[in-house]
Amino acid sequence: MESTNLSPITLSRLVSLYETHRQQLVACDTPRLAGLRDRAFQSFASLGFPDTKQEGWRHTDLKESLARLYDYPLDPLKETDIQKVFQCNIPHLDTAILGQLNGWYVSRDVPLMELGNGMIMGSLSEARKKYPELVEKYYGRAADDTTDAFTALNTAFVRDGVFVYVPAGVKSPRPVQMINVIHHKSNLLIQSRNLIILGENARLSLVHCDDSYNHQGSFSNIVTEIFAGENAFLDHYKLQNLNNNSTLISSTFFRLDKAAGLESHYISLNGGLLRNNIRVVFDGTHGRADLFGLYLMDKKQHVDNQIYVDHAFPECTSTEVFKGILDENARGVFNGHVLVRRNAVKTDARQSNKNMLLTDSARVNSKPFLEIYNDDVKCSHGSSVGQLDSMAMFYLRQRGISEESARMLLMFAFANEVVAKIAIPELRGRIEDMVKKRLQGELQICEQCVLHCSTPEKNINQ
Amino acid sequence: MLLSINDLHASIADKEILKGVHLEVNKGEVHAIMGPNGTGKSTLASVIAGREVFEVTHGEITYQGKNLLKMAVEERAREGIFLGFQYPVEIPGVSITNFMRTAVNEIRKYKGLDPLSGIDFMRLMEEKKKLVEITSNLTNRSVNEGFSGGEKKKNEIFQMAMLEPTLAILDETDSGLDIDALRIVANGVNKLRRPDNAFVVITHYQRLLDYIVPDFVHVLFEGRIVKSGGKELALELEEKGYDWIKKAQE
Repeated sequence: MESTNLSPITLSRLVSLYETHRQQLVACDTPRLAGLRDRAFQSFASLGFPDTKQEGWRHTDLKESLARLYDYPLDPLKETDIQKVFQCNIPHLDTAILGQLNGWYVSRDVPLMELGNGMIMGSLSEARKKYPELVEKYYGRAADDTTDAFTALNTAFVRDGVFVYVPAGVKSPRPVQMINVIHHKSNLLIQSRNLIILGENARLSLVHCDDSYNHQGSFSNIVTEIFAGENAFLDHYKLQNLNNNSTLISSTFFRLDKAAGLESHYISLNGGLLRNNIRVVFDGTHGRADLFGLYLMDKKQHVDNQIYVDHAFPECTSTEVFKGILDENARGVFNGHVLVRRNAVKTDARQSNKNMLLTDSARVNSKPFLEIYNDDVKCSHGSSVGQLDSMAMFYLRQRGISEESARMLLMFAFANEVVAKIAIPELRGRIEDMVKKRLQGELQICEQCVLHCSTPEKNINQ
Repeated sequence: MLLSINDLHASIADKEILKGVHLEVNKGEVHAIMGPNGTGKSTLASVIAGREVFEVTHGEITYQGKNLLKMAVEERAREGIFLGFQYPVEIPGVSITNFMRTAVNEIRKYKGLDPLSGIDFMRLMEEKKKLVEITSNLTNRSVNEGFSGGEKKKNEIFQMAMLEPTLAILDETDSGLDIDALRIVANGVNKLRRPDNAFVVITHYQRLLDYIVPDFVHVLFEGRIVKSGGKELALELEEKGYDWIKKAQE
C-alpha cells in the first residue's frame, strides 16, 4: 500500500481510506478480528471525532491538531535507518527492548521472541499469525470500540504494535521496555496497538516510552490492552517525552483478575497535546490498582489525564495520585472517575490531584469524581491548585539559597512524591534527573530518556 | 559596629508595627529583646532577615557598613544573617541533607569558595548534629515535616551551626520547649558564641536567659524599644511583669 498524500485528519478521509483498503487491512485477520474491525469502523464512522461539546473532551480541543497535514502510510516506511534510531540503550538499565518505529515493531533479528521461560514478545501482527488462539482470547476484549471514537478508529486501522505474553507463574527476569519512536520527514498519523498479557501469578515490569526523534509533527492514536491474571502483578510505566508539534492520544485498558496488582506511573515530561485515557476494570475481588501521574508542562502544551476505575467486584483498592506543574500558558486537565458498583463492598478508593501553577496564564481543570452505589466503602477524593508556598520560599532563601534554587527545590519536592514511587532504581535515578532538567528548562527532545547514551546518568544530590 | 538600626518604621498591609526602633549590636555581644505579645518582636526579626511582606516605611539598617535594606533575603543570609524561626516551616519532599548542602554550597560560592565534597559535607553534618544532641537520623527526613516542637527548634540551631552566621536572630526559640530541650538549645548557642559573632535573642520569658546570658536586654513595647539595660533588667521584668513597662509608658 502506498503512502497517502498529506492531508488533514478528517472523518471523510478515513472513511474513504478504510473503504479503499479494507481488503488489505483484513487480509490477515481471523473472521472475528475482521468482524471487530468492521464494527469498530462503523462505530467510528457514526461517532466521528469528539469535540468540546462532549463532557469528556470539554477542555481538550483537537481542532488544531487534526487540521495539520499528515502522511498516513498503511505499511512501514523504508527510508529510516533503524540502526541509527535504536543505536543504544539506557546505561545500567537492563531491559528487554521492544522497539517501535512510527508504530511498527522493529525487529533487529526476529519479529517475535520466544524465551525459554515461555515469555513471548515482539510484533503483534506476527503474534496474530503465530498464536491466533492466544491473541483471539484477549484482543479487543478490554478496549471500548463502541463509545470511544479513537479506540474504534484504532481497531479499524490497526496494523501492528507490541505483543507481550508472560505465562502463568513466570516472573519476567528483566523489565520489558517498549520504545515508540517517531521519525519521519513529514507529519505522521500513527495508530499502533499493543497487547500485554500476564497469566496467573505472573510478574512483569513494563516501561513504555513515547519519544520523538526530531521536531517533526505527529498524531498518534495508541491503544494498549493489558490483562493481568489472578494474583499477577504489573509494574507499569508510561514515559512521555514528545516534541511540541506532537499530539498523542494514548488509551490504556487494564483488566485485573482476582487479587491482581497494578502499579502504574504516567510521567509526562513534554508534548504538544497529550491525552491519557486510563481505564481500569476489576474483574475479580481483592484487586489493587495504584495509579501515579506527574506532568510538567510549559509553553502552550496541553496534558489531559482521563482516568476511569470500575470497582465491579468487592474488596478492591484503587489509588490515584496525579500531580502537575504548569508554567507559562500550559493547560492541564484531570478527570478522575471512580465507579463503585452495588456489589463492590469494602471498596477502598482514593483520588488526589494536586497542581502547581507558576504563572497567571497557566490553567488547570481538575475534576475528581466518585460514583458510589453501596455504603460499605472507604472513598476519598481531593484536588488542589496552588502556587509556590511563599513561607517556604522565605525559609529556604533565609538560609542563603537563591530564589531560583529555592523554586527548584520546592518544585522538585512536589514532583518527587510521584517520582519516588518508581520501583526500578536506575529508572528512578534517570527520571529524577530528567525531571530536574525539565524544571530547569534544560531537557531537550533530542536528549531522550532511553536512546541517547551521550548523556550518562548523573547522580542526584540527595 | 555589626548592626545599626536607626528609627526603623515598618508596616504590613498598611498597619504600622514598628514605630521607630533604634538598636546597635557589636560583635561578641548577646542582646535579648523582650516584651509582651504583639509588640513587634517577630516583625523586627523578619524585617532584618528581609521578609518581603513587611514594608519599611522609614529609617535604615546598616549591617557591616552596608545598607541592609537594599539586599535580597538570600544575600543577607550569605552575608551572615541567620534567623531562627519561631515557627519553622515544614517542607515536605526536601531532605534536610539536600537543603543544607544547597545552602552551604551557595554560601560558599558567594564567598568564592569551592563546594564541599560529599564526604566533607557529611562529616560537617555529623559534627554539628552532636552540638545539639541530635542522635536520630533526623537529617534524612524532610525539613521539619512531622517534627515535634523540640525537634524543630533543635533543627534551627543545627542549621545555625552548619551556616556559622555572623549575626543570629533567634525568634522565640524557647517557646514550646521543655526544660531538657531548652538546655540543649541554649548549650548549642553558647558553644557557638565567639568574639566575632553576635546574637539577638527574642524571648517572652526570662527563663531562656538563665541559660543564654545576655549582655544587653531591651524591652520592645508598641513598636519601640522603651527600655534597655543589662541582664538584671530581665530579672526585674520577671519580677514586676510587663505591666510595669505599660504603666511607665502611660
